[in-house]
Amino acid sequence: MQTRTIKVDALARVEGEGALYVRVKGGVVQDLKFRIFEPPRFFEALLVGRPYGDAPDITSRICGICPVAYIVGSSHAMEDALGVAVPEPIREARRLLYCGEWIQSHVLHAYLLHAPDFMGFEDSIQLAKAHPGVVERALDLKKTGNRILEVLGGRAVHPVNTRVGGFWKAPPRAEVRGMLDDLRRARDAAVESVRLFAGFAFPDYEDDYTFVALHHPDEYAIDRGRIVSNRGLDISIADFETHFAEEHVAHSNALHGVMVGADRPYMVGPLARYALNFDQLSPLAKQAAAEAGLPRVVRNPFKSLVVRAVETVYACDEAVRLAEGYEEFDPAAVPILPRAGRGTGCTEAPRGLCYHRYDLDGEGRIASASIVPPTSQNQKQIEADLRGVVQANLDLPDDRLKDRCEQAIRNYDPCISCATHVVTLTVDRD
Amino acid sequence: MPPNHMARKRPKLAVWKFSSCDGCQLSLLDCEDELLAVADAVEIAYFLEATRVAIQGPYDVSLVEGSIGTPHDAERIRRIRARSKVLITIGACATAGGIQALRNFRDVDGFIRAVYARPDFIDTLATSTAIRDHVTVDFELHGCPINKAQLLEVLNAFLNGRRPVVPPHSQCIECKLHGTVCVMVARGVPCLGPVTQAGCGNLCPRFERGCYGCFGPKETPNTAALAKQLTALGWGDAEIANAFRSFNADAEEFRREGDAHERTE
Repeated sequence: MQTRTIKVDALARVEGEGALYVRVKGGVVQDLKFRIFEPPRFFEALLVGRPYGDAPDITSRICGICPVAYIVGSSHAMEDALGVAVPEPIREARRLLYCGEWIQSHVLHAYLLHAPDFMGFEDSIQLAKAHPGVVERALDLKKTGNRILEVLGGRAVHPVNTRVGGFWKAPPRAEVRGMLDDLRRARDAAVESVRLFAGFAFPDYEDDYTFVALHHPDEYAIDRGRIVSNRGLDISIADFETHFAEEHVAHSNALHGVMVGADRPYMVGPLARYALNFDQLSPLAKQAAAEAGLPRVVRNPFKSLVVRAVETVYACDEAVRLAEGYEEFDPAAVPILPRAGRGTGCTEAPRGLCYHRYDLDGEGRIASASIVPPTSQNQKQIEADLRGVVQANLDLPDDRLKDRCEQAIRNYDPCISCATHVVTLTVDRD
Repeated sequence: MPPNHMARKRPKLAVWKFSSCDGCQLSLLDCEDELLAVADAVEIAYFLEATRVAIQGPYDVSLVEGSIGTPHDAERIRRIRARSKVLITIGACATAGGIQALRNFRDVDGFIRAVYARPDFIDTLATSTAIRDHVTVDFELHGCPINKAQLLEVLNAFLNGRRPVVPPHSQCIECKLHGTVCVMVARGVPCLGPVTQAGCGNLCPRFERGCYGCFGPKETPNTAALAKQLTALGWGDAEIANAFRSFNADAEEFRREGDAHERTE
């Protein structure tokens, strides 16, 4: 019986180090591993013993692409543990900062990492030579996202102006309002992006996914809400660990997320958010989705590219709204008294649900930490998609099947740096 | 485009990743205004985060992000060095071992054996170390993350055969140059500015926050004098050790000062 092996030793255009191995025998996928070999960095162990205030700055270093997800998620968990709530102006400034991260991360992935797959180029540099206008628009959009991070946070990668309780200094009103022209232009560019991506040819593949995302009745959930699914889950953030667990598997340096008691994997990220929170999108984002011909629920993972662009429209729209209403707040952060406690925090990182839990001792030092990033949660679903995609495309020659697999992995914009940095250190002594 | 463009042999640039958050190589993609010009001036021969193209070495310039944390990586950096004319490390992980070097301060011997549910699944070294500890490095660019303007300056300099202009002076000088009011003198806020290398763009003090040392030690820092000042501002040994033990914890001068304030409980 003929055996085919598809191997990608080092995946390109993803964040971090990953590999893929597929073995097919007699027309059936025998073995498939999406492998993460990025070395673990032990963040949860390194945090133990440090003051609560260190968590946002240190966990932001888990990922240079989505530091705000870690900053805001860990800040929420600490505020929960310490029994404080931030006032609305601080929450909105954080949300604006988060919009900046969504814009730069989504644009980086969609245009520079994923679009070349659909347009037949090795990378965005080749793409730029053939279609300079497309890449210039992408870079301009990305720059606007980064500018939000710089104005509110000081810099695009690992912002410094954030802390548990709020900010170090309220971002100056003139600088925030000064972004508005760029933000409105970015919003137009995002709408153009939806149109461009909607015209791509998408591989014919669908699955009946279990979608999991934050949900809030009043807004497209980014920084608050309950954790819901399309199969009836509806829980508070504090109950996350009752319903979700992690498994350590041999071929990966990252834990695999599983839903307790479920017989199938689940998906977090743009497709899940879009399916569960469509009603909360802004009218402009809904209109862009309709023009692109997107259904109310998208089950083709390759179309996550278009959904990312719709979310970019939303993030620009929301950033305009927040910047228009922005006023400087005083104090810049709520006062905090250290105390013992446990706190949880959960936000929608660009790649999906990102969960934090900390225990603090009486002096506010971290006694234990647990972080579950989106890519760990998506790993099982990525493998399931790959099985399906390989099985459905066995007629393709090896090189094209390999390309299709890589493209399928990129549907998830996997952040391998994130996934691997949370290998939990559990003691197992014989 | 100049007419001799096709005839001109462009230098080969490679970007390598070790244990890191990807933020420093992202800084290259964050050069939105310059990225296409850079891609025109050099041949991007290897940059896994950005392209599937993988062109054989030797490489004229290799940028290395990340620290060495596995036996496999210790081997890999030697092979990269052998194929690189110039090797530049970018960021705190590559220049000092990064935040993950905090594990170097633990009792790692038992730690590594005892902590994993399945230790046989994972291949890791007890330490996270700087690239310089393994191979010769031609230039080290500080920062967690690096400053993209400094990155462009360093690339430009090496491609044109000159020394990069990257000042080794302190964050304090940076505050004076920017006219930023000293947070430590004016408001009594503890600040690592006196011992930290400039280059971030004068960030934290501008936000009324003390510098937290993400650019690592400046040239010949007087960390003991700063520690005395931090004590005068009310910090105990634990706070001082904690401050020096962050993103550049294993940079020699910071490690020494942190160790000097370690509590013996």
